[in-house]
Amino acid sequence: MDERKIRVLIAKPGLDGHDRGAKVVARALRDAGMEVIYTGLRQTPEMIAEAALQEDADAVGLSILSGAHMALVPRVLDLLKTNGMQDVKLFLGGIIPDEDVPELKAMGVMGVYGPGTLTDDIINDIRRAVFQEPSPE
Amino acid sequence: MKLAESVLSGNRLALSRLITQVENNTPEGLEALGSLFANTGRAHLIGVTGAPGTGKSSLVNRLARHYRQVQAGRKDTSVAIIAVDPSSPFSGGALLGDRIRMRDLSGDPNVFIRSMASRGSLGGLARSTSGVVQALDAAGYDIILIETVGAGQAEVDIARLAHTTLVVEAPGLGDDIQAIKAGILEIADILVINKADRPGVENTERALRSMLDLSYPVRRSFRGGNLEKVKAKDESIWQVPIQRTVATEGTGIQELSELISRHKAYLVETNEWERRDQERLESELENLIRLTLMRRFRSTVEDDRYREIVSRLISRSISPHQAVAELLGGLNRGNGDHPV
Repeated sequence: MDERKIRVLIAKPGLDGHDRGAKVVARALRDAGMEVIYTGLRQTPEMIAEAALQEDADAVGLSILSGAHMALVPRVLDLLKTNGMQDVKLFLGGIIPDEDVPELKAMGVMGVYGPGTLTDDIINDIRRAVFQEPSPE
Repeated sequence: MKLAESVLSGNRLALSRLITQVENNTPEGLEALGSLFANTGRAHLIGVTGAPGTGKSSLVNRLARHYRQVQAGRKDTSVAIIAVDPSSPFSGGALLGDRIRMRDLSGDPNVFIRSMASRGSLGGLARSTSGVVQALDAAGYDIILIETVGAGQAEVDIARLAHTTLVVEAPGLGDDIQAIKAGILEIADILVINKADRPGVENTERALRSMLDLSYPVRRSFRGGNLEKVKAKDESIWQVPIQRTVATEGTGIQELSELISRHKAYLVETNEWERRDQERLESELENLIRLTLMRRFRSTVEDDRYREIVSRLISRSISPHQAVAELLGGLNRGNGDHPV
């Protein structure tokens, strides 16, 4: 049996075209030994859930800068559940106002990583969540 | 067993999970694959290879779209795509970006796209790609398109795996000497010149055509290490065609799909289909034996002893061959000397 690789899908839902942050995260996860499936811009929630299913992703990262996160995230979570993938860890990057974070986490979002986040924090959170390790604090 | 049954019943999540198990080489995955094996051998396996940036992913996208267009009087053709990208030799991670070019196919339940990292394999595919192909084949996909990593000159594993191999070139990538080197061009059943709207396409086509003129006509089976020469007009020999395409616009795709069908008909008529199947399974068996023996050997050698021999190798006190002799000699002395 070979080493298990963490597979992460990185997607940009919605219509804004700024994918620099998504690419930085994708590259950092690659360098941390993960297999990153990068799907590119303008993904619908349906496309994201479908790709997560086909790729058997352990985690899905969405980069949202358009402000549509409160509409997009529940939809993606719903579709993942419909596909039988309720165990997938969903995390967010981009521009997400602090006051929305508690509600997003209550929906089941693993983490929200805005500008200035250290990529190591994202990597460690994904590893912990996927391997079900307890958080250190 | 349950996983295999779900795959056969058309459960896409089960298929996806099975592929992961096969990639990770788990006992569950191997067991499921074993019980599915009798259901394989039906799909047409089409390999797509070529240098990075020649447009392999866009071409695969267009071909899949073409096969998915419902044509009157033809049965619905389901398509699976395996897209392999390289793993980092340093971190073991990978950035798999072939889906970016395949967004048109999203939302079609009869298309299944799976990205694979090469995980250290050098032949253009991952070690488990043939297992993943078996899973998709058993799941009932009619056509399986296999896109290799951007390949240079020697990544020719795809020719052993696929029934039909497309080698994709683009204008401006090499001269006529590149074209007569051994390796990737030799494995083509169909040569595709993609990006054919770019300048230099005539030169590329001329170089490829003169390469084909020099090599025509041979039967590509090996006899005593030589290519078997046949009569120039032998109709039973596949003449490698050259097709120009512009994948981003869909130009030449209809013609390319006709060539692919013709190649399949040729394989079936000449019994090449069975011969390739046989070659594929034989080489897979050899690979598996090699891997299994390697694993079995490693489980008989203690890590400390292995490290000790490696460190003597590094300090140049023994040569690599002597190291092998010492390690395998230990194996021959039996398990008593080195309890597992």
